[in-house]
Amino acid sequence: MDSRTSASAAPASPLAIFRDHLSRGELAYQYDPASGRPVFHPRVIGPGTGNDDLQWRVSTGKGTIHAVTVISPRGEAPYNVVLVDMDEGFRLMSRVEGLAPEEVRIGLRVRMQVHQPQDGQPPYPVFRPEAA
Amino acid sequence: MNSQALKRGACAIVGVAESDLGEVAAGLSPLDLMGQATSRALRDCGLSLRDVDGVFATTSQSRMPTLALCEYLGIAPRYHDGTNIGGCSFMSMVAHAQLAIQAGLCEVALIAYGSTQRSAGRSNVAAPDVNPYEAPYRPIYTASSYALAASRHMHQYGTTREQLAQVAVAARQWALLNPVAWEKTPLTVDEVLGARMLSHPLTVRDCCLVTDGGGALIVTSAARAATLRKPPAYILGVGEHLSHYHITSMPDLTVTGAAQSGAAAYAMAGLGPRDIDAVQVYDAFTITTLLFLEDLGFCPKGEGGRFVADGAIAPGGSLPVNTNGGGLSYCHPGMYGVFVLMEAVRQVRGEAGRRQVAGCETAIAHGNGGTLSSQSTVILGGAATV
Repeated sequence: MDSRTSASAAPASPLAIFRDHLSRGELAYQYDPASGRPVFHPRVIGPGTGNDDLQWRVSTGKGTIHAVTVISPRGEAPYNVVLVDMDEGFRLMSRVEGLAPEEVRIGLRVRMQVHQPQDGQPPYPVFRPEAA
Repeated sequence: MNSQALKRGACAIVGVAESDLGEVAAGLSPLDLMGQATSRALRDCGLSLRDVDGVFATTSQSRMPTLALCEYLGIAPRYHDGTNIGGCSFMSMVAHAQLAIQAGLCEVALIAYGSTQRSAGRSNVAAPDVNPYEAPYRPIYTASSYALAASRHMHQYGTTREQLAQVAVAARQWALLNPVAWEKTPLTVDEVLGARMLSHPLTVRDCCLVTDGGGALIVTSAARAATLRKPPAYILGVGEHLSHYHITSMPDLTVTGAAQSGAAAYAMAGLGPRDIDAVQVYDAFTITTLLFLEDLGFCPKGEGGRFVADGAIAPGGSLPVNTNGGGLSYCHPGMYGVFVLMEAVRQVRGEAGRRQVAGCETAIAHGNGGTLSSQSTVILGGAATV
């Protein structure tokens, strides 16, 4: 911390902390003790409470497909985009791998794994069917 | 917006106009289209630019649209507003304009919009905010968000792709009665289902058009309105609700903030869905029409698909919906709400030509913004309602 940084400055962004967890194979989310609710996307204050002391937690990585769409770009293979309801009670956008896109169904149980893009982009969470 | 701050019937929309629509002449800018629409809307009510003392503008093609429009028009208004909550900004601007007029901050408000997204290329004018938690999955902005909501509606309520297609078919039938509609030929359910799949369950025919276009509305006090050329469309009720920004944060994918914005507008108007003669809702996608028919009380939650399945919202059906042909078949320059209001005004005035709803005294104009994120409702009425 240099002299231009105040004592109250955030040591790291929520996004950096989220990605740091991903680099260790973990899906992290926040918990707001003031509301008793999980928080996602990560942020610096609790939605609805203004609490600036959110806790970071690590998800079990297990969830259920809440909604699904399959995108069919011209000249490219179709791919799915899903909303996943995690067992801890937060929702995130993602995709399901290891299954044909049209076979991804609402209600499917899934488990997180970290996707590390080959092009040097940051890691992000994807999902596979829990049974697989 | 606390609708208790607003007085039912205290203001009216007195002038409306489109700019050129569809694919406009090369080089016309969004401001040119705002200028065209402004000029035509002023002519519609018999006012001049010198009468305008409140300016409300928005577009996705300018960072400071109200400022840009004031320079273009050469006016320094007493009151201004640049609300941008997406395609329903204009409904909210009607409410904000009424508040300013009631408070004496201005007397004649111009609400304007212009877009050249077809000429300029949609990807150049409607880029989403970068969200690192969603961008890696490459959802189509905004179609995939609506597709996710549609998937939930189909799962929970048994809504079918054929029922969604009926919304597009009804919109097309209305568009064929509108001389300025972009689409000129009939459409069948099979054509919707067989069209290129964009983001399942939505084909390109479940999605709004990509056109150029602008629009303008003139709002003034009821007293001033009584002196003008056309019958006033009195503002009977307004309501707004913001529920989320990203689809991931929508509280319930099958229930929109129209439930709240509509309830507020009905309460202010002292009317309910049964009292509405013409229904104009922002049909960005076929699913949005179903959601708004449900959330505004025209059919029970979950019944939207079955409600539209037999032509109920098409010409000759039990409920006239999107009588201009909607964003699906008339025009959709990106922020369509201003056109929804325009059609509601024309129906209340009785000047909608072959698509006129007989004896129309009341109309609801419901707008949507973002990814089902913002909802704003305006209820308008003719002289018999005030």
